[in-house]
Amino acid sequence: MADESLSERLRPYRVLLASRARAQMQYRASFVTDILGTVGVGLAEFAEVWVIFHNVDVLGGLDFTAALLVFALSNLAFSLADMFVGHLDQLPRFIRAGQVDAFYVRPLPLLAQLMTSDLSLRRVGRLAVALVALTVALVTAPIAWSAATVALIVLTVVSGTAIFSALFTAAGGLQFFLVDGSEFTNAFTYGGSYAAQQSQQVFPGPLRIFWTFVAPTAFVAYIPAVAVLGLPGDRLAPHWLAWCTPLAALLAWAIAGLCWRLGTRHYQGAGG
Amino acid sequence: MSADSIIETRELVRDFRKTRAVDRMTFSVEPGEAVGYIGANGAGKSTTIKMLTGILKPTSGHVRTCGLDPMRRRVEVARRLGVVFGQRSQLWWDLPLRDSFTILGAIHRMDDGSTRARTDLLVEQLEMGPQLGTPVRSLSLGQRMRAEIAAALLHSPELLILDEPTIGLDVLSKQRLREFLVAERHEQGTTLLLTTHDMGDIERLCDRVLVVDHGRLAFDGTLTGLAGTVGAQRILVLDLAGPTPDLCDVPGATLVQSESDGLRQRLSFDSAATTVAAVLAHVSSRHEVRDLTIEEPDIEDVVRRIYAASGRD
Repeated sequence: MADESLSERLRPYRVLLASRARAQMQYRASFVTDILGTVGVGLAEFAEVWVIFHNVDVLGGLDFTAALLVFALSNLAFSLADMFVGHLDQLPRFIRAGQVDAFYVRPLPLLAQLMTSDLSLRRVGRLAVALVALTVALVTAPIAWSAATVALIVLTVVSGTAIFSALFTAAGGLQFFLVDGSEFTNAFTYGGSYAAQQSQQVFPGPLRIFWTFVAPTAFVAYIPAVAVLGLPGDRLAPHWLAWCTPLAALLAWAIAGLCWRLGTRHYQGAGG
Repeated sequence: MSADSIIETRELVRDFRKTRAVDRMTFSVEPGEAVGYIGANGAGKSTTIKMLTGILKPTSGHVRTCGLDPMRRRVEVARRLGVVFGQRSQLWWDLPLRDSFTILGAIHRMDDGSTRARTDLLVEQLEMGPQLGTPVRSLSLGQRMRAEIAAALLHSPELLILDEPTIGLDVLSKQRLREFLVAERHEQGTTLLLTTHDMGDIERLCDRVLVVDHGRLAFDGTLTGLAGTVGAQRILVLDLAGPTPDLCDVPGATLVQSESDGLRQRLSFDSAATTVAAVLAHVSSRHEVRDLTIEEPDIEDVVRRIYAASGRD
């Protein structure tokens, strides 16, 4: 057992995720409408950026192209995280259905089971909007291309997805003991997504500190984008900080791990 | 209490805020036993099961499942354990039944060949072949419950815990499920712990009964012993063709009541001493029987009598 390959160790999760994909394909019509719906969500988010820059040229130190890059990076990371683990913040629904008890009596880690219990393929709609926006932003923005910028952008997408996944995990952990706590945790997940797609300079100081160092969504898009574009940016966030995005992801995951542990210790099972 | 008990609890306690759901529970179950775990609603049955399976952390006391601490070694315990929570499904409701077995096989790290062989065997024994392609959400309650039990047994666990497996099932479905469980235990030697409100489950499946009351163990012994303690007897109601003298001389049965000049007579009997068939054969050899019903002892009633017998309540 000890020397079984990684691929063998991951087989249960592969089978679980494949089954989730299969289940969604069984209702093709509703799947297609769902995708159209998430494209709509992505476009609506984009419309907000569009409307603002239709009226002002520069907001929070960003012009339209820079804002588009921030929008694209944050939406890409959020939609990826949302697709893989976005269902974690619906933990009460899983608890009520008795699914969490079923996870406990299966020989796999709880969090891994919960993460692979759903795969929201319909969210590729929002992902597609983000990818188009990212392409447009990268082509039109005045970027001094180098190996470092490419590496920074890739690093940002990976770490950004990890940061949002951590927020969803923390939200899930907290909901073990917050009854109907999704309104509260939404402030961090969806609120974090909203904060991530803004220039940090539009926020007052305390909020900027919060989104940089506590729920570090500033690292998802704004800080790296400013570094990539060579803009002056935020006093709180010098350019070298952009390379700390993986550290921010680690911090987010440390907090998420703590929330999750607290939550599972508190769990009492689903009713009688 | 031997060293290799499959379940062992000692002075097990679980508090919820101010109420004590499980109170200094001590018992052990040996490999191969079939134990019925009964008690009124809220007596602490589910809480105990949650502590045995690692879902819930005990407030204090000692618990071992398959020789392991279920909180700290949940995953190892889960490999050796099968659980069915009667009112909650563990199957994938939006996929054909067959897929649930495939997924569970992968979760338990069984190879494709043994998953298929075990699935085929269970499906054949439970007569579920026609349902394999049906989405789980479209199964009837009886079909779903058989599927849940097959799913819990897929990885051939040492211990099977069933929480209200027959709740809501019709007589025929109950019967088939019990027959299957008897056969399965006979072949595999699986240890069984079962909670139920149905005295029939206990009579047909269990050789030992634990009764829990207000979180405490009120009775631990054989079914015969339980019947002896509380006089839990089944009642055979006979409708006879014509007025009949009182049926006082039936071996193993006692007349409880006679109505309408003996047109309807109620006989109580102890399942350990005789069978319905024997009583019926005896009566029909002398009188014409038109109809019959059997009244099972109500489990709540049995539990109430135990409380009374132990001087509580």
